Amino acid sequence: MLKDRLRSEPFSPLLHSQPKKSGASSQPQIRPSNGLDQFFSSLQGLENLSILDFSGASQANVSFITSMGHRIYSNDVLRTMEEAFGSDGDFVANQADPLRAATFLRESVDFPDQSFDGALIWDTLQFLAPPLLQDTVDRLFRILRPQSSLLAFFHAEEKAQTAPLYTYRIVESKIMSLTPRNQVRPVQYFNNRSLEKLFQKYHSVKFFLTRDHLREVIVRR
Amino acid sequence: MWNKRKEEEYPPKPAAAPAPAASHVKENAPVSTNPTPSHTATDSRGPAVIGKSVMIKGQIFSREDLTIDGEIDGSVELHEHRLTVGPNGKLQAGVKAREVVVLGTIHGNVEASDKIDIRKDAKLVGDIKTARIVIEDGAYFKGSIDIARPEIGKPAAPSQPKPASAVTPGANVPAPAATTAAAGDSR
Repeated sequence: MLKDRLRSEPFSPLLHSQPKKSGASSQPQIRPSNGLDQFFSSLQGLENLSILDFSGASQANVSFITSMGHRIYSNDVLRTMEEAFGSDGDFVANQADPLRAATFLRESVDFPDQSFDGALIWDTLQFLAPPLLQDTVDRLFRILRPQSSLLAFFHAEEKAQTAPLYTYRIVESKIMSLTPRNQVRPVQYFNNRSLEKLFQKYHSVKFFLTRDHLREVIVRR
Repeated sequence: MWNKRKEEEYPPKPAAAPAPAASHVKENAPVSTNPTPSHTATDSRGPAVIGKSVMIKGQIFSREDLTIDGEIDGSVELHEHRLTVGPNGKLQAGVKAREVVVLGTIHGNVEASDKIDIRKDAKLVGDIKTARIVIEDGAYFKGSIDIARPEIGKPAAPSQPKPASAVTPGANVPAPAATTAAAGDSR
């Protein structure tokens, strides 16, 4: 069961763009990632694949993926969310607006079926409220090819009031850098069971819980 | 003698007389003489420039480097040259060039045989095909990036296990719905 923590006050995860100064540094943290390792292992030996990247265009990700001989489709989905839901009113409540939700889906996951061989979703899904979240996950299922992998991150520390919002960059196939953008409260927190339910259409779900309370999830289409 | 001197002094007067004539010529100068210096300036001072107050609808072909700081709705082709989209430049256009430097906004597909450079605060929505790409932090890009590598005696057939019916994302350009429309409008 999803443990919703919808906020009652107007809220947008990206409105407060300054990283909090609660001792947290805005310097990039570089650390190994089992999820990233698994993701790129699944692409090994293959070329000319199409990879969807939700982190927005960055030199690091573009260079890494294209150097493997793949095509990257880049989109800053947090920015798309902000444009669709954060311009006025409440960020979460706005997600229930059919017009806004349709705009978000069109701008972020509107591709023909089975267009991609892999998707780097990072931590974007945790900012979507349940009905739209499920729609997005279902669209991702459609646009991914069978056997392809999806990498998503979810903050796992339920007691925390806020979670760091990062910009994710690929350093190597097993290493990524996380640059804090902001401290935000995710729309909801997920445990393993709720994630299995969210991705129940998919073939398999694999979890890696990291020391920094980030649940890395590899989902096989 | 006196007469001669007076005659010698005279010329200056007539010489002074032409002065107003010269000033008269100067009045016409903006019309009649400016084109000459401007020609030489164009040849020696680098790329052609479309200024920020200029708006063009249609196709642009250029055989020299071009800087666009205005608005273009159509297509831009500079096959062997460099296109710079200035900070005020807004293109709703498909672009083909050797090198593309973006400081402004492009909505449309971009093909650069050598390099694309997307600078901080630039915005590019569309599909990119190029040999090299540079994206500065702070740039906004939405679309696919296809790195075209020179074929070195390699068969074109890729080893990917793609279904034959699969449509590449670049071909359909979804979010690029706007992109596709822009490129479509332009052609």
